[in-house]
Amino acid sequence: MLKSLWINLLTKLFYRSMFVQLFQYLPIESLLFLLVLLILGLKINDKTHNNSYGNIMALGLFIILPLAFIFGSNGNLFGNMVQANSINFFEKMILVFATALISIQANDWLSKQNHAAEFAILIIVSLIGMCLMLSAGNMLIFYLGLEMASIPVAALATFDLQKQESGEAGVKLILSSAFASGMMLFGISWLYGSTGSLDIQTISMGMADSKFSSMAEIWGLILVFSGFAFKISAVPFHFWTADVYQGSPLSVTAYLAMVSKAAMAFVFISILAPLFIQLPQVWIALVSITVALTIFIGNLFALKQSSIKRFLAFSSIAQVGFILLALIMPSEQSIVSIIYFVIIYLFSSIGIFGVTTWLESSGAKSNLSVFKGFYHEHKFLSWVMAICLFSLAGIPPTAGFFGKFFLIGSGININNFYLILFVVLNMVVSLYYYLKIVKYMFMDAPLEVVEVKPIPLSLKLTLIISMLGVISFGVSNWLYNFIHQLL
Amino acid sequence: MSSPLILISVFPFLIALALLLMPGDKNSKIISTIGAAIQLALVLFLLRDFMSLRASGVNEQFLFLYDYSWFANWNIHISLGIDGMAMTMLLMTAFVVLAGSLISWNMQKLPKEFFILLNLLSAGAYGFFSSLDLFTMFFFLELAVVPKFLLIGIWGSGEKEKSAFKLVLMLMAGSALILVGMLWLYLQNGHTFSIVEMASNPPSKEIQMLVFPLLFVGFGVFTALFPFHTWVPDGHSSAPTAGSMFLAGISMKLGAFGCLRVATYLLPEAAQSYSWIIVVLASIAIIYGAFATLMQTDLKYINAYSSISHCGFILLGIGMLTKTSITGAIMQMVSHGLMTALFFGAIGIIYSRTHTRKVEEMGGLLKSMPFISSIFIIAGLCSLGLPGLSGFAAEMTIFVGSWQHADIFHRISSVLAISSIVVTAVYILRAVGKVIMGPIKNVDYLKLEDANLTDKLATGLLTFTVLFMGLAPFWFIGLVSKDAQIIMDQFTHQIILP
Repeated sequence: MLKSLWINLLTKLFYRSMFVQLFQYLPIESLLFLLVLLILGLKINDKTHNNSYGNIMALGLFIILPLAFIFGSNGNLFGNMVQANSINFFEKMILVFATALISIQANDWLSKQNHAAEFAILIIVSLIGMCLMLSAGNMLIFYLGLEMASIPVAALATFDLQKQESGEAGVKLILSSAFASGMMLFGISWLYGSTGSLDIQTISMGMADSKFSSMAEIWGLILVFSGFAFKISAVPFHFWTADVYQGSPLSVTAYLAMVSKAAMAFVFISILAPLFIQLPQVWIALVSITVALTIFIGNLFALKQSSIKRFLAFSSIAQVGFILLALIMPSEQSIVSIIYFVIIYLFSSIGIFGVTTWLESSGAKSNLSVFKGFYHEHKFLSWVMAICLFSLAGIPPTAGFFGKFFLIGSGININNFYLILFVVLNMVVSLYYYLKIVKYMFMDAPLEVVEVKPIPLSLKLTLIISMLGVISFGVSNWLYNFIHQLL
Repeated sequence: MSSPLILISVFPFLIALALLLMPGDKNSKIISTIGAAIQLALVLFLLRDFMSLRASGVNEQFLFLYDYSWFANWNIHISLGIDGMAMTMLLMTAFVVLAGSLISWNMQKLPKEFFILLNLLSAGAYGFFSSLDLFTMFFFLELAVVPKFLLIGIWGSGEKEKSAFKLVLMLMAGSALILVGMLWLYLQNGHTFSIVEMASNPPSKEIQMLVFPLLFVGFGVFTALFPFHTWVPDGHSSAPTAGSMFLAGISMKLGAFGCLRVATYLLPEAAQSYSWIIVVLASIAIIYGAFATLMQTDLKYINAYSSISHCGFILLGIGMLTKTSITGAIMQMVSHGLMTALFFGAIGIIYSRTHTRKVEEMGGLLKSMPFISSIFIIAGLCSLGLPGLSGFAAEMTIFVGSWQHADIFHRISSVLAISSIVVTAVYILRAVGKVIMGPIKNVDYLKLEDANLTDKLATGLLTFTVLFMGLAPFWFIGLVSKDAQIIMDQFTHQIILP
């Protein structure tokens, strides 16, 4: 009711101007843009040096969620350049929600910084880019969104102006992502050359029509895939990940590891997979090799890390391998499974990053050994951490178990028995390093007592939300079924 | 459609939740014990209903069915149902859980967390035994693994972290194999996880031959299948008393139950083809376990190694593939569960007083601790297979079953397995003689107090069950022989090996 009333009103006022359509089909992007303006206005008029931009941003994002839900609808814009459907709308909602939680967690750290408003603006702009990328029906819009999503993040990585490492991280990120973009553009141009279009559907149809897969298409596939692999940090394009994660401020690392990665995973299923399933032999070989390498290398390097951030970087690389595994044979089931897994991954990571962010802003070192004997002093934080780690490792009854199971279940087919065996045995390896932290927390004697500041209610809420999600999403089937009926 | 099984598999979670929400640590042991007692009562009521249904001629394989479509797109159901075999397992679990709760009343360190984890572990066991869907079964199997890691790592003794990691990684590797086998079966055999459907429509021989090793070895790791038994001694000896009781009593039976219910029952042709390997491995485990026990000087290690040997009998019974031997294997699962829990309970009580588990440092405990010493003797005699106790009934059934094969290979392995009983007698009697009898080596031991009330209740309960099973084995065989027959019926259409 409300929706039609509103649309009618606007239509009457502006007579179907482009803005109405833009707002109708891209509600989240439009609202985010308004939020950027709002924060900019706040910053300009700020005389009291109010620094709780983290909470302001979170509040804004939480308001956007229901508004977008009320105003948004499905359809095409600009002649199929932008597509709005319920599945990418849902994906965008998840990204916004995760960013809101991250910004709550960042609030304390942010309040000590000089450029808090800029942080908020950069994050929201990159979020707009991600949302645009998810809606793309055309390679150009996709590329636009991708760049819009990655350049602000590079600026964010250098946010810690005093630290040399932070600048290093920013440069590494911008260089590697420019390289990846270049490869991807090169690949897109190959595809354009062989099919004569930039529209994703047309490219896909053009590739299906050609009787034999031409060399140009294979080249295009390999290059575009490499670009994607760079962005999602799949092996062998993962080298930037650990350094960038380590150098960036923890909140930016959280954003990179969660939202950015989730957006790339979503793009993988909505853009790349339907395109390249037209070349099944090349695709399957490419993905299988990448999966095996990604999981193996990620695990191998995660085993020996002592820094929290590097550890999270490598373990997230291993998680990416599992996401790619389900894409070997893209199907309805695998798409649902990936979205489901990514949501679970986000919820588990929010718990872990929440705890580590709080530790860091309490002045603890960012080594894994701060967790030694952690349980004696901080029972709540330890349980959050443990449950989220269990979820990442895929142990029941946490949701991670279901997520991994469904990914492996949709990845398995008659030809890849040994790949699956390899992947599943690697899960045991990953269990070792996740449980190592559990061991630190519960079994070891404390090395040094970490004085942790009392946790503010908002942060506690994010931790509780993440725990509830991690515990309930698996055992109760509503989330999976919900995603499934969106398709 | 409702079923008492829902209550039984959800109840441990409820206890854990109640413990979690309860403020303070003081009452956790009381809540946990009362919960375990109610659970035991529930299981006993279930047994009564089960027997009356069977007596009134209800002939379905699985009773008290419950089915809920969990993930419809994957054809995953929460489907519960029990046959006699599962019924006996539930009974055994309920007794061991109650005894384990009672024996942990003196737990000083983090009691709340301890009891929550115990209940999660038992939740895994109850769910596993009553599941009729492979996915649900796997879910509960894995659910029971990580609590063990924490139980050993936090409350254990000795090299506890190392043992905890060894245990959890080996068990998880086992479940990884199960996962692959299960998915392969799902993919190749009609996209179902339902055990009933799979059993009525076994896959082709090629698939069976590929999947069987995965499933059998996977479950076998849990039950100390020979080359994969190395977690057993470390895990059991490092665990706290109740942890060892749960590990040896319940957890190892999860694997044995899986070997029988999933691997053998669902893949009959492969089970026949591979049966000689199982027999060989089981015989090695029996002999090796027995001789390795001879060398041990630590009471917990003695029982842990003898567990390898005794679980070897279970696998031998499964590998022999006759109705009697499978009945014996089921009996041995229950018998070993109860008996080893009793043994670990007694060892734990002794250890908590003498603060040593070394055999040579103890002696003459009968003088100061008559009750617990008698329990120790009973457990030992049960372990060596004295008639009148459960061990004899179970092992005898397995031997009778395996003797039914008249060929030379099976005869040799049977004889080898049976001869291990002599070795068992040596190490059990030696341990009993040195620890319970003999001169008092340490004057302080004269002042030791005997078992307190909860300890007495716990060990008394288990002693009662061991005696009951030893004195009324035919009641027990009546309960499970139908299921052994059903497993055997899977083989009828195929050629029986010479």
